[in-house]
Amino acid sequence: MEFLSYLISGISLGSIYAIIALGYTMVYGIAKMLNFAHGDVIMVGGYVSLLAMSELGAPVWLAVLVSMVVCTVLGIVIEGLAYRPLRQATSLAVLITAIGVSYFLQNAARLVWGPNPRSYSAVISGTLPLFGGQLPISYISIVTVAACIVIMAGLTWFTGNTKMGKAMRAVSEDKGASQLMGINVNRTISITFAIGSALAAVAGVLLCSFTTSLMPTTGSMPGIKAFTAAVFGGIGSIPGAFLGGILLGIIESMAKAYISTQLANAIVFAVLIVVLLVRPTGLLGKYVPEKV
Amino acid sequence: MHKIKSWYSGLKKATKTDFATYLGVILAFLIVFPLQQKGILSRSVSGMLIPLCAYIVMAVSLNLTVGILGELSLGHAGFMSVGAFSGIVTAMSLQSAIPSPAVRLCLAIVVGAVCAGVAGVIVGVPVLRLHGDYLAIVTLAFGEIIRDLITCLLVGYDSRGLHVIFNASGSRTLEDLHLAEGGFAIIKGAQGATGTEKISTFFAGFVLIMLTLIIVLNLVRSRSGRAIMALRDNRIAAESVGINVTKYKLMGFITSAALAGAAGALYGLNYSNLSATKFDFNTSILVLVFVVLGGLGNIWGSIIATAVLYVLPEALRGFADYRMLIYAIVLILVMLATNSDSVRNLYSRLFQRKEAERDA
Amino acid sequence: MPENKRPRTKMVPVPSHSIIPERDADKSPILECSHLGIDFGGLKAVDDFNLTIGRTEIAGLIGPNGAGKTTVFNLLTKVYQPTRGTILLDGMDTAGKTTAQLSRMGIARTFQNIRLFSNLSVEDNVKIGLHNQEQYSMLTGVLRLPKYWRQEKAAHERALELLSIFDMQGMANFKAGSLPYGVQRRLEIVRALATGPSLLLLDEPAAGMNPSETAELMENIIKIRDTFQIAIMLIEHDMNLVMGVCEGICVLNFGQIIAKGTAEEIQANPAVIEAYLGKQKEA
Repeated sequence: MEFLSYLISGISLGSIYAIIALGYTMVYGIAKMLNFAHGDVIMVGGYVSLLAMSELGAPVWLAVLVSMVVCTVLGIVIEGLAYRPLRQATSLAVLITAIGVSYFLQNAARLVWGPNPRSYSAVISGTLPLFGGQLPISYISIVTVAACIVIMAGLTWFTGNTKMGKAMRAVSEDKGASQLMGINVNRTISITFAIGSALAAVAGVLLCSFTTSLMPTTGSMPGIKAFTAAVFGGIGSIPGAFLGGILLGIIESMAKAYISTQLANAIVFAVLIVVLLVRPTGLLGKYVPEKV
Repeated sequence: MHKIKSWYSGLKKATKTDFATYLGVILAFLIVFPLQQKGILSRSVSGMLIPLCAYIVMAVSLNLTVGILGELSLGHAGFMSVGAFSGIVTAMSLQSAIPSPAVRLCLAIVVGAVCAGVAGVIVGVPVLRLHGDYLAIVTLAFGEIIRDLITCLLVGYDSRGLHVIFNASGSRTLEDLHLAEGGFAIIKGAQGATGTEKISTFFAGFVLIMLTLIIVLNLVRSRSGRAIMALRDNRIAAESVGINVTKYKLMGFITSAALAGAAGALYGLNYSNLSATKFDFNTSILVLVFVVLGGLGNIWGSIIATAVLYVLPEALRGFADYRMLIYAIVLILVMLATNSDSVRNLYSRLFQRKEAERDA
Repeated sequence: MPENKRPRTKMVPVPSHSIIPERDADKSPILECSHLGIDFGGLKAVDDFNLTIGRTEIAGLIGPNGAGKTTVFNLLTKVYQPTRGTILLDGMDTAGKTTAQLSRMGIARTFQNIRLFSNLSVEDNVKIGLHNQEQYSMLTGVLRLPKYWRQEKAAHERALELLSIFDMQGMANFKAGSLPYGVQRRLEIVRALATGPSLLLLDEPAAGMNPSETAELMENIIKIRDTFQIAIMLIEHDMNLVMGVCEGICVLNFGQIIAKGTAEEIQANPAVIEAYLGKQKEA
């Protein structure tokens, strides 16, 4: 019974990682860059939703919506100002710029909202007692997993069946050819960032509900872990992000429960390293050989 | 005189730059050292000298990995950490055996470098098979792993020697070290090292910088350095002319790690209390910022960038809150300025004549 | 003016249905490929490739685009490991060897898309080619022991000597990435020569060159062969160059050899004409 409880906890945590990982993987697929600032957009989403609920007294659904709008705008602005001018630059340069944006967001948040942790009450409280009260599952866990599944399904449908979705796939394969086919590459990339950032807002709300606290550095570690989940599952692959996220959440939860709380992170990272050594492109990734 | 002049003008630009670098560091030391000895410098500035030396060595060594070898390492602080704690353990355990602090410091630095070098092998062998972004994330992962592992260490020393416990479950305490009478704890788990005797000196820092420069600059201007840079510029072409990729990648990476370890030892023996959480992702990023702003592959640039960026916040004490924000903005602006196409075109049109003849 | 009327080398046949120059007939061949092949997924990119090259032969590998010519080079230099067949380099089996090991065994190559070390100087690019010729350890370099000074001086002189083949010694300190395209191609050849190969593979060395540059390249290829007494195999689309310098020519289409012979034989071969120009219309 205890095992199941840890498993469920791991799946809910993993769902959050999966939602974050989806943002990373979509952006990487299309812009071939690691958006280090993604974790911090999550944090911003958390703060905006918190303020909407506490200061403006907005109901949960409205707070989430406002947060999504703010993050979407933030994502588009970041892409336009910091990443777009560097389209032709080396991936190292873009990565470092992304790190700069990440630091900027963290420190701006620190100045605006203070460095102290704030408490964040879960958007849905209460638990569902299963097996006669022996296995309580919190409603927030259920909502989290449900949200993840809905988002995953939605994105898969979107990229497979809509014009914009196909444009996104085309641009990830070959920017030049897409442009020649009349696809507006800049707009496609902006929209990808927009979707990723909107997802980040949702992830922010769910993450803060899970951990019930929020500070400027809240997004940093989950961001890194979610990125490792995306790489773990195969960067650029949507099902890969889902699989990677869920697996990572389960591994972290189990490691915390059965091995060591302190070493849980180390174990998660160690698993990542082992996977990458055995399958350098991740679990579901594609191998693209270099042309000589 | 004439002979010296003609010899000087016959030197390659690279050699002149190297000389200027050594000279600059020596001059800076000759100016600052007497000021420190006479007590003219304020306490805060004095206190920054040794950490500054450590960070300069960190930046130069990271430049070896990122700028010369061309691989992005986001876990450099992990090697600094290994060096710091192994150095502290060495220095504290040898307190009775070797009374001279200077000798103990040297030994500690050497041990720190060796331990970090070993860590470099452990990390490097699997990791260097990966490329670009994957390598970056794995080095970051290793940095975090190292930090978590050290916070689990319980280390003590008594007349019977060194005692080490790896406290994975968190349930062991210092009592479990069973230290004899007169023994003491060196590393206390998450608290880190406490009660460390501070034996680092500014002079030692200066010597370490000079040694680092000699190693890195001489390496770069040698056959091995050329091989490492060839790997950076075009791995496939390097293989086609017979360069053993793994050997030279490891060479660069391990040298860089060992130097970071030496810096860590110097840093660690400057504080009576030091926790492993100090050496986290943020420290790695900080050093990366110094390297990038100084110019990738540009050794003297790393020195100046570190010195400026480390000292400046002290000068801008009033703006302490904004310091990291300003760092971040400056970093973004510099990256945009040096990498975006429109700026590059402008730059090359202004300096077109010099382009073709620039020395490598 | 392109010299197409060079005195023709007498070619003699050898097993594996190849031909080598008569002057090399008494020496062992530098390269022997037997039934070499590689598959990518279901596609046989190269199949049943048999070729023997004489010790000082200038051989040509031609064929329409996509025929698999660069793939053959990649197989010879182990960028890809062959699925089938054997490659004997100077009599030694190269099975299982890596690209770097092969370089030390005596194969050097240039690339279709130039691969220079663009951030390094011209001289340094050549010196990297000399990497395995003179060797001193990392420690010697860091400590600047006498061996370092001796070998660096020797490398410097050798690099300038090699650059003088193409009259490039004045550019020694230029950054490789800033050179014009044609000069970069020549630098790649010099770097390949610096490794002291017995077989030099040139992948489209004349790409992007005008006729006078191509004529100069032809002279230089022959000069290189005569000076260094090595074998050269080149992939080319410029037929003047191929017919002008190559002694034995191998024609590839869809990964398989469709003809092998001297320039005259190839030019008259109907299968070759069809591969390049399509079937002749019935009169």
